[in-house]
Amino acid sequence: MAEASIPLLDVRGVSKRFPGVQALDDVRFELRQGEVHVLLGENGAGKSTLMKILSGACARDAGIVRIDGRACALSSPREAQQAGISTIYQEFNLVSHLTAADNIFLGREARRMPGIVNRRTQRRDARHLLGALGSSIDPDARVADLTVAEQQMVEVAKALSLDAKILIMDEPTSALTESEIEQLFAAIRRLTARGVGVIYISHRLEELSRIGDRATVLRDGRYVATLPLPAPIPDLVRLMANRDIAQHYPPRTRTRGEMILEVRDVARGTRLRGVSFTLHRGEILGVAGLLGAGRTELARVIGGADRAERGQLLLGGRPLAVRAPSDAIHAGIGLVPEDRKRHGFVAACSVAANVALPQLVRLSRAGVVDRARERALATRWIEHLRIKTPGPSTSVSALSGGNQQKVVLAKWLALGAGVLIVDEPTRGIDVAARMEIYQLLDRLAVDGAGILMISSDLPEVLGMSDRILVMHQGRVAAEFDHREATHEGVLHAALGLAS
Amino acid sequence: MAALRASGRRLGTVVGLVGLCLLLSALTPYFLTVSNLLNVLEQTAINAVIAAGMTFVIISGGIDLSVGSLVALAGVVLALCLQAQAPLVVAIAAACAAGAAFGMLNGLAITWGRLPPFIATLGMMSIARGCALLFTGGRPVSGFDVDFRHVATGRFLRVPAPVFITLAVYLLGRFVLAETRFGRYVYAMGGNEEATRLSGVNVRLHKTMVYAVSGLASAIAAVVLTARLNSAQPIAGIMYELDAIAATVIGGTSLMGGEGGLGGTIVGALIMGVLRNGLNLLGVSSFVQQIVIGLVIVFAVVIDTSLKSRRP
Repeated sequence: MAEASIPLLDVRGVSKRFPGVQALDDVRFELRQGEVHVLLGENGAGKSTLMKILSGACARDAGIVRIDGRACALSSPREAQQAGISTIYQEFNLVSHLTAADNIFLGREARRMPGIVNRRTQRRDARHLLGALGSSIDPDARVADLTVAEQQMVEVAKALSLDAKILIMDEPTSALTESEIEQLFAAIRRLTARGVGVIYISHRLEELSRIGDRATVLRDGRYVATLPLPAPIPDLVRLMANRDIAQHYPPRTRTRGEMILEVRDVARGTRLRGVSFTLHRGEILGVAGLLGAGRTELARVIGGADRAERGQLLLGGRPLAVRAPSDAIHAGIGLVPEDRKRHGFVAACSVAANVALPQLVRLSRAGVVDRARERALATRWIEHLRIKTPGPSTSVSALSGGNQQKVVLAKWLALGAGVLIVDEPTRGIDVAARMEIYQLLDRLAVDGAGILMISSDLPEVLGMSDRILVMHQGRVAAEFDHREATHEGVLHAALGLAS
Repeated sequence: MAALRASGRRLGTVVGLVGLCLLLSALTPYFLTVSNLLNVLEQTAINAVIAAGMTFVIISGGIDLSVGSLVALAGVVLALCLQAQAPLVVAIAAACAAGAAFGMLNGLAITWGRLPPFIATLGMMSIARGCALLFTGGRPVSGFDVDFRHVATGRFLRVPAPVFITLAVYLLGRFVLAETRFGRYVYAMGGNEEATRLSGVNVRLHKTMVYAVSGLASAIAAVVLTARLNSAQPIAGIMYELDAIAATVIGGTSLMGGEGGLGGTIVGALIMGVLRNGLNLLGVSSFVQQIVIGLVIVFAVVIDTSLKSRRP
């Protein structure tokens, strides 16, 4: 395509104000046919708002949006869809009890006669659409039985069936494993080869250069720059944060102390099939592995969320029976769960109530909560972790993802947990908050805590861990010292390949 | 934000109540009299007390359909004790214990039996009603001492005793919800049960207690009702659960759990009481009254939903 031709999507001067915050201020954005254009920015930079405006979920205050040169109002999701814009949110819009084919054609069923669905046609078309993406998902499979990556493929197929010209993807790889990401990228390339333009939102800077053609950076609701990819990561980070972040990860100044937790042959179900390791004070033990390798199951068993069927935990050399979360909490083990929205905090409750929740017994006398102490505790940790909140009585639902994660961390830090299990601690969190969480984990380890850090973000595991356990199919496949661990080596072990 | 919205919602309910009262005083001279207003309060008392327990349940993310039957059961227990010449205090304690115990059974069926609250309490609705009928042979138990009847007929400064009982229930309930650990857990469980469990809270125990509280509230309502009627009816309390749920929902407590409070529920119960009273004074037929009350419930929830979706 000639440089002078009309862009597929042309956004100019778009502004949006929410009560108390200018979410977008005179933002421009351009998407060409067949291009993957990455939208970058910290949480609160305005990516989500721009995405909502383009998908018709919320109306803009000012500005022009042109699709193929034609101005579009985009005043409803339906209108956006008719204009050729499809959006795949981080949380999928699928009906889990219906089949893949039913989901793809939901609301637009192929009909044999009025009211009767022609399943055969749907099945054939679904197979065709999925095939076009290089996927071999059975159209008759129930969505609930599919993996996250497969569900995502169903979403992409649905967008394709709507003849989407513009596909918006929000954090599409956040729950995918390395090989699944590769499959997703292959599917995206097939789409762009057909001329579809993709707006790609992600916090995982490392992968952007593999898929993106250009990147536009937003900061505080304003347009910062558009630059071609690949681009050096430090440059991108600097544009997003407007400050030099010399190093991603804090330097390792920790010293490994005595053993604090020993896990012996712990097993549960088919996902966790006998894991043993030791965790020491002052150490960050990284756990890598593909999705479904049993990492979260391991975290949950140690944290008391699920009961182990076999095996033993020893805390400071003494056997520890963990039958319920309260057992783990009494022993000083804190679990920062993978899915913080579902397992980490109570959104409708205040920051103070959430921070205090695990130790309400301590904070109350004769069953009556000492609100002054509760507030003081929360205030102390809000300051300490620099949680951005109007105050301790603000409900957690009003905070950004990074600050919500800090609230979950504060719960356990306030308890003085000696063993902290963090499962995907930086998922969906912006760069600046990420750095803060890294520094926090480092400081905790320096102060003598033992930290088990589970992460699907390999650079994060490599950058943060003192030792790395690699899990594969419910077992420990390999263990590396950080000095000898390489991206390839860890991946090799995670894939179950002999080293 | 959420707090602001909640207080805005509560204010809206109060404005609705005041507006309703103004409208009724304009329409009929009989509404705005001390005796009529006291009458409204007295008539609201039973629903308000049951709704207080219901508010605990709904905030915790559940529902209790058995409260009407528990009112009948507790009333029957009370009456049988009184008939057997048990001291008043013992009889009332027995009724309260019966209500709390059956409520606890609801809780156990939900926590240990893993039944959905709707099903567990639907079953209890039938079981408790059956027990009340069985204990009395289906006949009302009547004729009590004057002492006992004071529970309903006694007055202090012209204010009927049930109003004081309601006030006490609400003050105590508000204290429990706002100030105690249990109250905090009720909100936390309703907001996110799994996150609460993972925070080391014994969710099963506290959830069971929530249903016991609801049973206890039903029993207190049963004491007032029995004293007022001077009779315990095994068929008393039919459809009370719906009035209690309505008062709670009109008061702004979310059926999704995690949000709401007793301040809203009392206003919700008063709106229903005033509405019934006013429509009676205006001579509106009881059939039409049902339609109006239904519309008010729906209207309240529509307002809630639109307030929530207006959030950015």
